[in-house]
Amino acid sequence: MKAIALPLAVTAAGTIAHLLVPEQSAFLARVAIMMLFVVSIDLVTGTAKIATLGQAAFFGLGAYAAGLLALHGTAAPLPGLLFAALVGGVAAAGFALFLLRVSDLAFLVLTIAFAALLFELSNQWRGLTGGADGLFGILMSPIAGTFSFDLFGVTAFWYALAVLALALLVLSRVMASPFGLSVRALGLNPLRTEALGYDVRRRQIAIFSLAGAVAGLAGGLNAQVTELVSPSVFAFALSAEAVVMLVLGGAGRLTGAVVGTAVYMGAEHFAAANDPFNWLFVVAGLLLLVVFVMPRGIVGLFSRR
Amino acid sequence: MVTLASVIVDGLAYAMVLFVVCVGLSVTMGLMKVVNLAHGAFALLGGVFVHVLAADHALPPTLAIALAVVAVAAIAALLEPVVFRRLYGADPLRQVLATIALVFLAVASVNAWQGSAILAVPLPEALSGRLDLGFRTLPVHRAFVIVAGLFLFVALYALVRLTRWGVRVRAAVDDPATAESLGLNTATLKLVAFAGGAALAAFGGIFGAEILPVDAAYPLRTIALYLTVVALGGLGNVPGTMLAALGLGFAETFARFAAPTAAPLVVFGAIALALLARPHGLGQR
Repeated sequence: MKAIALPLAVTAAGTIAHLLVPEQSAFLARVAIMMLFVVSIDLVTGTAKIATLGQAAFFGLGAYAAGLLALHGTAAPLPGLLFAALVGGVAAAGFALFLLRVSDLAFLVLTIAFAALLFELSNQWRGLTGGADGLFGILMSPIAGTFSFDLFGVTAFWYALAVLALALLVLSRVMASPFGLSVRALGLNPLRTEALGYDVRRRQIAIFSLAGAVAGLAGGLNAQVTELVSPSVFAFALSAEAVVMLVLGGAGRLTGAVVGTAVYMGAEHFAAANDPFNWLFVVAGLLLLVVFVMPRGIVGLFSRR
Repeated sequence: MVTLASVIVDGLAYAMVLFVVCVGLSVTMGLMKVVNLAHGAFALLGGVFVHVLAADHALPPTLAIALAVVAVAAIAALLEPVVFRRLYGADPLRQVLATIALVFLAVASVNAWQGSAILAVPLPEALSGRLDLGFRTLPVHRAFVIVAGLFLFVALYALVRLTRWGVRVRAAVDDPATAESLGLNTATLKLVAFAGGAALAAFGGIFGAEILPVDAAYPLRTIALYLTVVALGGLGNVPGTMLAALGLGFAETFARFAAPTAAPLVVFGAIALALLARPHGLGQR
């Protein structure tokens, strides 16, 4: 029952938003994609308490995977999404397998450095990635052979919303399962969790890989919906902003990730569209507010847990 | 041979800039146990103040640099009690967020004040010539960076190893609880170290501007670089920081020279391997 509450609420809210502002479909699709991405960070940083500022690495890998598949393989959206999630998940698994043994600080540094590395590589390996211009000329075929993408992004919006709702449904289930609860436990107290007989490292690697797959899914979705992939998918700003959205909503719960993204992107859409640098003042203020005044985020204000 | 020597000189200059900026970060992170992403902002502010004082207000560069370094130290001394003291012992995620907020604040302020273009950082006349090394000429300024970096290393090492103040710092890094119970005032220690570290960062930002250009986005661009040096060197470890700066400085300069397209990959691989082999930094036994 609880597991379907969030996906249902998101679907309802998305539908209402779409009915209220039908001309904003492209923006609403972006919000849905970003929600998925922020949820992936919530799994790692919010729940398992592994600090990362490089989640864009897996978002970007998913985006390039989906983009390249569409250009050189099949332009069917659903296989592309699966491929993007797979690439993000495998990359994250490899990253965690090798590097999750270093100290927290070193790991944080490596996540930033890894995304920066991919940013530079995607800029330089022009033959594969198109360099700074990115991949263009992506043309997706209709979803499941039926729903073709339209100029106004209406299909794209429903597509993104459906993927988001499905992913939330699955992830709510996973986080309520014994595995999900043990990940929550190791986030709260790794030593005690280890003492209870759980293999903490294996669970950390598993949740990091799962989050990488979710981030890859978000990246793939983004590539398909915008039909463009550029090195900016690896940008530090993307990772950092997503973390801000997460803590604004309330880290450690999927609802927090979703609410934080909606509030942040809504505010940004109206306030900052053409003034990114002054928007940074607002972001900085929001962050300090969250850290020093309401550490449990917006959702934390309404729940006692 | 000649190019090799040339790459070594450039790598050395780069390493010295990294060391001077990062050594303060390493010591304060060791002391405070706070993940500080905002250290690059002090380097940025140093460069910006010199730009404003010397280029806009035509002050002599030497005076401008001295004023800028003092101003940055003062700002740091103000930030420590207001922001950082509240983060001691906090959840690392909150530390990351609070300090990243400071980064955003610095970026936005500098942009609102000076725009987002690269800012010229004028240096004293005496550093403007070129030095003939036989195999190449070296800007005097770069030679000064190398000498100053080595001098600061020796001075800081002596400060931490040989003076009473250094003993206190090391005690507070290794075991803050015991140090405090023995009557050590770690609060003052942290404040002084933090302001000092910020002053060094400003110094590094000013004299390293030729290698790491100063613009509003500087602290964002250099977060990974500076934290890498600190993580590689080991927290609160002066010789370790020097080793890490040298390693990273040379690795990057060599890789960029030998295989420009693969350079980022080589550097990342080297960092990852070094961290796996020495999880507590190169300086640790």
